[in-house]
Amino acid sequence: MAEKKKKLLQGNEACAEGALYAGCRFYAGYPITPSTEVAEMLSVRLPKVGGKFIQMEDEIASIAAAIGGSIAGLKSLTATSGPGFSLKQEGIGFACMAEIPCVIVNVMRGGPSTGFPTGPSQSDVMQAKWGTHGDHPAVTLTPSTVQEILSETVRAFNLAERYRTPVAVLYDEIVGHMREPVVIPDPGELEVVDREGPTCSPEEYLPYDDRYDVPPFAPFKGEYRFHITGLNHKTDGFPTNDPAIIDWGNRKIVDKIEKNRESICENEAVYLDDASIGVFSYGSIGRSARYAVNEVRERGVKAGLLRPLTIWPFPDGAVSEMAENVKAIIVPEMNLGQMIHEVKRVVHGRCEVVGINRVDGEPIHPQQIIDIIERYS
Amino acid sequence: MVEPAKALADIRIDENLCKGCSICADFCPTNVLEMRGSVVAVKDLEACTKCQLCDLRCPDFAIQVY
Amino acid sequence: MSTPATAAKKKVPFDYSGYLRAGKLPHIWCPGCGHGIVLKSLLRAIDVSGFTKDQLCMVSGIGCSSRTPGYVDFKTLHTLHGRAFSYATGVKLANPELKVIVASGDGDALAIGGNHFIHTCRRNIDMTILVYTNYIYGMTGGQYSPTTPQGAMATTSRYGNIEPVFDTCELAKASGATFVARGTSYHCQELEKILLAAIKHKGTSVVEIIDQCPTYYGRQNKLRSATEMMEIFEKNGTVSVKQADRLPPEKVEGKLLRGILYQVERPEYCEEYDKLIEKVRGQ
Repeated sequence: MAEKKKKLLQGNEACAEGALYAGCRFYAGYPITPSTEVAEMLSVRLPKVGGKFIQMEDEIASIAAAIGGSIAGLKSLTATSGPGFSLKQEGIGFACMAEIPCVIVNVMRGGPSTGFPTGPSQSDVMQAKWGTHGDHPAVTLTPSTVQEILSETVRAFNLAERYRTPVAVLYDEIVGHMREPVVIPDPGELEVVDREGPTCSPEEYLPYDDRYDVPPFAPFKGEYRFHITGLNHKTDGFPTNDPAIIDWGNRKIVDKIEKNRESICENEAVYLDDASIGVFSYGSIGRSARYAVNEVRERGVKAGLLRPLTIWPFPDGAVSEMAENVKAIIVPEMNLGQMIHEVKRVVHGRCEVVGINRVDGEPIHPQQIIDIIERYS
Repeated sequence: MVEPAKALADIRIDENLCKGCSICADFCPTNVLEMRGSVVAVKDLEACTKCQLCDLRCPDFAIQVY
Repeated sequence: MSTPATAAKKKVPFDYSGYLRAGKLPHIWCPGCGHGIVLKSLLRAIDVSGFTKDQLCMVSGIGCSSRTPGYVDFKTLHTLHGRAFSYATGVKLANPELKVIVASGDGDALAIGGNHFIHTCRRNIDMTILVYTNYIYGMTGGQYSPTTPQGAMATTSRYGNIEPVFDTCELAKASGATFVARGTSYHCQELEKILLAAIKHKGTSVVEIIDQCPTYYGRQNKLRSATEMMEIFEKNGTVSVKQADRLPPEKVEGKLLRGILYQVERPEYCEEYDKLIEKVRGQ
């Protein structure tokens, strides 16, 4: 079989390709560096497949319109960067509460505030988990290559549709603007999940039917008439003040993700089987970490890499397993230490956990990681 | 010639829905209604012209005239 | 098909139950609040409009008026404070077959949602926007809003409000809305006609509804009842556009105009987008 033709794509273009592959037919967004190319490409491509693109008046309107588009039955995307991700948080909470599938791409740049728009960071990873108020589910994917941006965007749509929840894809300015050869998958090659619709009659339909972990979702078309609200609600979607129902509603949106963490969490493990030093690294810095691990292996240092593709839910199991076998876990991050707290929580004192942190808008170089690995080997 | 007797209005008040705002009684052109405690009541049924304004201005779906 | 206000002409009461969700009354609004009057005018207008319940989608943000969708048997979406227009834009663009109606208060539409309001008008997306103007934030207990008159009392303007007001209709018109009208809760039959015209209009139609909040605006401003507030709408506060044409200017000065204030035809957003799709695909 002939090798598949590769296309040279920028990370943000690969995101748009992934969205189209997943069946995204609605995009609402607002220009922001370094994510704008996602919008630019979808403004060209969506109408060609009969989809809808709209540039909204601001970031808040963009998440709102994307959720609205999803409610009306189209797979929806919005893309942004840190400041926009902050503005979208209330809308993300609405999607969690009302159980509306949608995908939010955050091409991370330096922060806080306007920060360093053209430089990378990984400083929104905790915001992806705790950014909106209240207890809520969080599903967040962290691709590290342009090819992975494509496939993880497809997976983000699949998870959003399967679990009726917003899913965030976090990558940074480095991979967002990097160009790499990418294989565009053939139709059918990657799994594409469509939301489950109701099989009952409109009269019997309950948008939050408690017989399901993830109730079937009837879009706003056809004969299904029902109510959606951001208030705590009953199985029929109408607001409630009943403490027992409020408790049920708040728990179930979190539980549906927790129960399925095994199928949501994906990791790449490199040389972990016999590793005595572990590296926990995600996103573009996962590339530096892989380089570092390969490099020291050539010198006989037993280092291994755990690279989560899903950071939320946090890969407790994989980190715990690594903690059993290594002396130390190194956590390089382009922030002042965010995911390291989760690693420490799971490790719970079983080994040392060491951060490498960089917030100068420059990537963490493999040599920085190699230096720390060697200190612990 | 004697005019046929005009059928009296059938004013239906839902006391469970009436919140006693008195808008219907205050704006009734022929003073058919009055407030009794916290709900509206019919004072002068014969005066009712079935103009429906009480229903149209009732915010609470509490009064209809047949 | 009947004409508006047939209920009164035929002297039979209008049956609202076909449009209301069963078991939801009494509604949450205070005694004397005009929102119920507006809702009834809207349902009568919808009845005449020919739109079916399956075709109708009602969207709202947060506030007292934003609770309206919960009572109507349509596809209904109760969203975030100020953001209803943007959610509605997403719904409408994704499924243009729906007739979308947005219910919003003056604070929801003009303060926190002001940016979304003007841009929705600018796009001229087919959507009917109701702005219930009752001069106050009711749900939070009576704070001043962008329409609270200067000098008026609110829990956050205890010395009298010093802020100038927005003219909702002028704002809508300047922003690009292609149908702009104003009604009041007192003139409920006129409101029904206005709402019918708004629903039938292709493009963004904005209807400001002057409405009373006896609980929070009335009490703080020495207006003792809903009736007293509605009498102001009737007598001194407003004048219909038709009457205004015949009256000397001094009789119109300082009064709010009622009726359809502005209506033009301009390309509608979803239709323009469909044309764009056709053009792109034909290339």
